[in-house]
Amino acid sequence: MTLHTATRAFVSTLAVGIALTLGPTSARAGETFDQVKQRGMLHCGVSEGLPGFSNPDDKGNWKGLDVEFCRAVAAAIIGDASKVRFTPLSARQRFEVLRARDIDILSRNTTWTQSRDTALGFDFVGITFYDGQGFMVRREIKVMGVKQLDGATVCLNIGSSTELNLADYFRANRLKYTPVQFERSDEAFAAYVAGRCDAYTTDISGLVAQRSKLGDADAHVILPDVISKEPLGPVVRHGDAEWTDLARWTFYAMLNAEELGITAGNVDELKAKSQNPEVRRLLGVEGQFGKNLGLSEDWAFNIVKQVGNYGEVFDRNLGPASPLKLERGLNRLWTEGGLQYAPPVR
Amino acid sequence: MQRRWSDRRIKSVALQTVFLAAVVGLTAYAIDNIADNLRARGVGSGFDFLDATAGFKIGFLLIEYSELSSYGRAFVVGVLNTLLVSAIGIVLATALGFAIGLARLSSNWLVARLAGAYVEILRNLPLLLQIFFWYFAVLRALPGPRQSLELGGLGFLNNRGLYLTTPVPGEGGMLVLGAFVVVLVAGLVWWRRVRASGGNAPVGWYVAAAVVVVPVAVAFLAGFSMTWDRPALRGFNLAGGTALTPELIALVLSLSTYTAAFIAENVRGGVLAVARGQSEAAAALGLSRGQALRYVVVPQALRVILPPLASQFLNLTKNSSLAAAIAYPDLISVFAGTVLNQTGQAIEVIALVMAVYLTVSLTISAAVNLYNRRVTRA
Repeated sequence: MTLHTATRAFVSTLAVGIALTLGPTSARAGETFDQVKQRGMLHCGVSEGLPGFSNPDDKGNWKGLDVEFCRAVAAAIIGDASKVRFTPLSARQRFEVLRARDIDILSRNTTWTQSRDTALGFDFVGITFYDGQGFMVRREIKVMGVKQLDGATVCLNIGSSTELNLADYFRANRLKYTPVQFERSDEAFAAYVAGRCDAYTTDISGLVAQRSKLGDADAHVILPDVISKEPLGPVVRHGDAEWTDLARWTFYAMLNAEELGITAGNVDELKAKSQNPEVRRLLGVEGQFGKNLGLSEDWAFNIVKQVGNYGEVFDRNLGPASPLKLERGLNRLWTEGGLQYAPPVR
Repeated sequence: MQRRWSDRRIKSVALQTVFLAAVVGLTAYAIDNIADNLRARGVGSGFDFLDATAGFKIGFLLIEYSELSSYGRAFVVGVLNTLLVSAIGIVLATALGFAIGLARLSSNWLVARLAGAYVEILRNLPLLLQIFFWYFAVLRALPGPRQSLELGGLGFLNNRGLYLTTPVPGEGGMLVLGAFVVVLVAGLVWWRRVRASGGNAPVGWYVAAAVVVVPVAVAFLAGFSMTWDRPALRGFNLAGGTALTPELIALVLSLSTYTAAFIAENVRGGVLAVARGQSEAAAALGLSRGQALRYVVVPQALRVILPPLASQFLNLTKNSSLAAAIAYPDLISVFAGTVLNQTGQAIEVIALVMAVYLTVSLTISAAVNLYNRRVTRA
């Protein structure tokens, strides 16, 4: 113990400057929060291109549900939804980059699993999208369900929970298959399209997104079977509770706003006129809920004004107003029979 | 004088001590720092994870492996797949590189220009691009499994791979194989002895004949039978035989053609480094161009070619790590990809991967250096 302390003392006096470059010894609570506030810029990790979640448009602007979540966080802490730097990451890189502090938050259609939440050293902010793993096949092979895929070759990408679900499902059902695992999902899908595989598997939202890029989308069907639970959500480093709280309540603010009928269009009016105490608390007219989070009182107002409520974001990126036209399904609010449910602001 | 010398020595010892202490201290601090950071985030450390069940499947295997195998086994699968692609790549790249290098020196204008164009195009395009080109070119050019191209009894070719009919030795198989190995080794020893003693009897032909005749005779005497495992369409794909995946084929093709361009330049440089007088002297002695090249020029050129050739072998091995892009399950894809992502043990995983590449690279280096020493001594 003394030797240990002595070594440290010796080194820190010998090379203060160099020691600084080796990085801080441990994560201090609230560290990321302070850094982002000081920097005035949020560093957000996204995918390399998944329509509906995070995908650059033809002008190079990032679009999608995961992208807008980061914008909402920036609106809450910095007050400006445009102050986000997006870093595209492969499934394989994402956790190391987050761990190395190159990004503040990972908003990249990442499945919440026990090992990621514990052994890998992360915390999940919430479930921004309830998804499940599915399969796409060519219509011409006349396969109606996953159980008919015995002996098939399946294209997928490395480093995702997809890989394990696939192995589990086929093993449990005594089906044989050959996996072909790619570094990036775009190449995995391209190989499937080129005929390398009989089926392509990923989360259903991803299947719909990839299929929407094809000219002959009708030649491919998404099988009705869903073989896994894929709760997707933003990820932060474990051990920085203030930062986790902020990210979590950004999401809850978007959900509560939808539940209370607050939209980007009517938020100014509601802030000025609404007599509903829940609306008044959320928009910072009553109470000091912003202060509780270390933010100004207009934090949720900024989120809704600059980004929108959860339903608005869903509709324009994944739902009816998007090329994907995904059903809201499990992602409806609890009041409408879905699973999206936010604790109250009080 | 004595004093100043010892002064300088003390000074230098002191400086080196301080420097060493600083290095040791910084390393200790870094390790301590890493341990602290991992503990703070609740990430485990150590190599215990290697025994845990992997749970994922791998599409191309040289050894038995299933979802129930351990991460350690997956590591071995990855290492073997990397070694396979590197070994085939090195052999093909060397053969092709020598051919192109010599072709570039040809007095035939067309041959020399074609070889020149090959070198300039292949070595100036990014390797990853070439890998994708070969992969998708191979995939798109081939028919699906139901319309497989039949290769006259040898096997089938489709966009799932090359399926080769494989011989399955029956009884006495080991005996035949043993006879083949014994005859081959004995033949090579004999051949070297004859050559070393300066004889020029056509020993090579005798050995070649014996290598074929003796095992066949043994097979006949032992009542050896052999069956063929023919690939056949079963369900979605062909099953049976030996399957080479499009990923392996595309990776080997791209790595070997790319590296061959660099080797060709090494070969050309080596040959040009041999003084012109040498080939003129060979011609004056009545040697043909081919003989002059084989007995006079190449042996001397090898001394210049070998050291950079070793670097090309190392490059090829290291470049094989691009395999993950086209789904060939090499060490990086399987271990630094899937396993790292599942376990989060970045430091251990990357340390193992680095150790493997370092070992492979140093072994290649040592082998080429050994050969180089023999060539230079001769």
